[in-house]
Amino acid sequence: MYSYTQYSRLRADLEAGACSCRALVEQCLQACETHKNLNAFLDLYADEALLRADQLDAQFRAGRNPGKLAGMVIALKDVICYKDHEVSASSKILKGFKSLYNATVTERLLQEGAIIIGRTNCDEFAMGASNENSAFGPVLNAADPSRVPGGSSGGSAVAVQTGMCHAALGSDTGGSIRQPAAFTGTVGLKPTYGRISRWGLLAYASSFDQIGPMTLTVADAALLLEVMAGPDQHDATCSTQTVDAYTLALDEAPEKPLRIAYLGDALDHPGLDTEIRLRSFDLFETLRSQGHTVEAVSFPYLDYMVPCYYVLTTAEASSNLSRYSGLTYGYRSPAAHDLESTFKRSRSEGFGPEVKRRIMLGTFVLSSDYYDAYYSKAQKVRRVIRDKTAALLEQYDFLLLPTTSTPPFRLGEKASDPIAMYLADLFTVQANLAGNPAISIPAGTNSAGLPFGMQVMAGNFKEAAMLRFSDYLSRLLP
Amino acid sequence: MKISEEKVRALAQLARLEFEGEAMEQIRADLDNIVAMCEQLNAVDTEGVEPLIYMTDAVNVLRDDVVHQDISHEEALRNAPAKDSDYFRVSKVIDQNK
Repeated sequence: MYSYTQYSRLRADLEAGACSCRALVEQCLQACETHKNLNAFLDLYADEALLRADQLDAQFRAGRNPGKLAGMVIALKDVICYKDHEVSASSKILKGFKSLYNATVTERLLQEGAIIIGRTNCDEFAMGASNENSAFGPVLNAADPSRVPGGSSGGSAVAVQTGMCHAALGSDTGGSIRQPAAFTGTVGLKPTYGRISRWGLLAYASSFDQIGPMTLTVADAALLLEVMAGPDQHDATCSTQTVDAYTLALDEAPEKPLRIAYLGDALDHPGLDTEIRLRSFDLFETLRSQGHTVEAVSFPYLDYMVPCYYVLTTAEASSNLSRYSGLTYGYRSPAAHDLESTFKRSRSEGFGPEVKRRIMLGTFVLSSDYYDAYYSKAQKVRRVIRDKTAALLEQYDFLLLPTTSTPPFRLGEKASDPIAMYLADLFTVQANLAGNPAISIPAGTNSAGLPFGMQVMAGNFKEAAMLRFSDYLSRLLP
Repeated sequence: MKISEEKVRALAQLARLEFEGEAMEQIRADLDNIVAMCEQLNAVDTEGVEPLIYMTDAVNVLRDDVVHQDISHEEALRNAPAKDSDYFRVSKVIDQNK
């Protein structure tokens, strides 16, 4: 049994011949079998992964360098394209669809020697906060299988939580990487909008979506970001800013006292779990004792963030998902008898209830009578929120707050109330509305043994500083 | 504002979706609640604020206009729900009996 902690240590062991890629893949596959009931994977690529492991082992034996991630076993959320492999967004409408090309992130992982072990379950089209919206059944939290793992990247989170892989990719539109990371005691990073190419990511809301890593440690998140970030000719929204050497920035204690703010309104929010509140204040106190400044700041827009997020993301989703027409790929209803019924029946039978709800809301806010009152209004509110967030991140080095307002909730607990489910994103949507990077790191467990996380936000493209601080923070946390 | 069944039917037509029976009342009630939640935004003062449309500072990201083929004809047909050797097959668009 190899006890995986972080890639840099594994790498030393691989180079020393103390373990093999094949043994690592076999161990991950064994974990997949042991935890099959959690429903984290939709597909495992066992034979391919073993074949690739053998090739990498041969390269290590020959003294060659097979890349920065050689031997790292990685799972892809079922919204990221991997050539000749199925990608379905956990939706019936794309069941059986095989990608014709690699997403840019997939390509970059493969180039550096990563082993792709399978694709993970998620909420349908990444719409959800509990992984209960998958057409292929919910994912269960290994910490307590009566509870949800969070969503939408729930399968990726549980795969990392249980050692089914060393790391996984997720996508984050309103917290879909960070919230499941918090619920499973793992690390989840949403980079700055535009830091990582979205080419080959099945789109939900294009001005919000970002791909990011889910890992056991901050160091692994830094490594994966380093490999995946940077300009891409296929994605014009992908930034050309220099990619920092994120891994080199770690392991250094802060050189100078930091200025950290928390949103007073968030910590005072009536929906915030008492234990999470107390543990957050404990952490603030620890940071102060280390010489840092930790102050409450006012952010009067907390209750407007979720509504603003829903107006804008559903508008973008209604447009993005119009491509699923039943004509050239994906599900076509057997009841379709003319062009109109091909569209309507295929879409109505192919999409699940939450996806339809969001398409309908998006269609409403974009319809000509309501465009100004809802869509345009939300775009203005987004600017107000973005500017206020940016101003705070000018004034302070970081914003620090709990990732979620509660520990993982029970399956079915919020399933019949869409708005209660939407509020699960309360603390995470800010970074998607404003575009800044954010990370969730494990903060231990509550008295019932349930994991929760702390979230760090930094200014745009300040991932290096954010990762360094998170690494330092993770050493202060249980 | 209240969402009527008539409104839902009009939206469903635009979105190419269908809701019948219980599903119709369910989506109407859900939209009612969600739209009410979204109306909270009216409390935010946005006087003189421009809508935020683009999330990056980049302007005019240009590339050379070079013809290139990313996928072949055969690949394009690979995921089709119905096809023949060259084309996607769909239901008749024009019904001559009408």
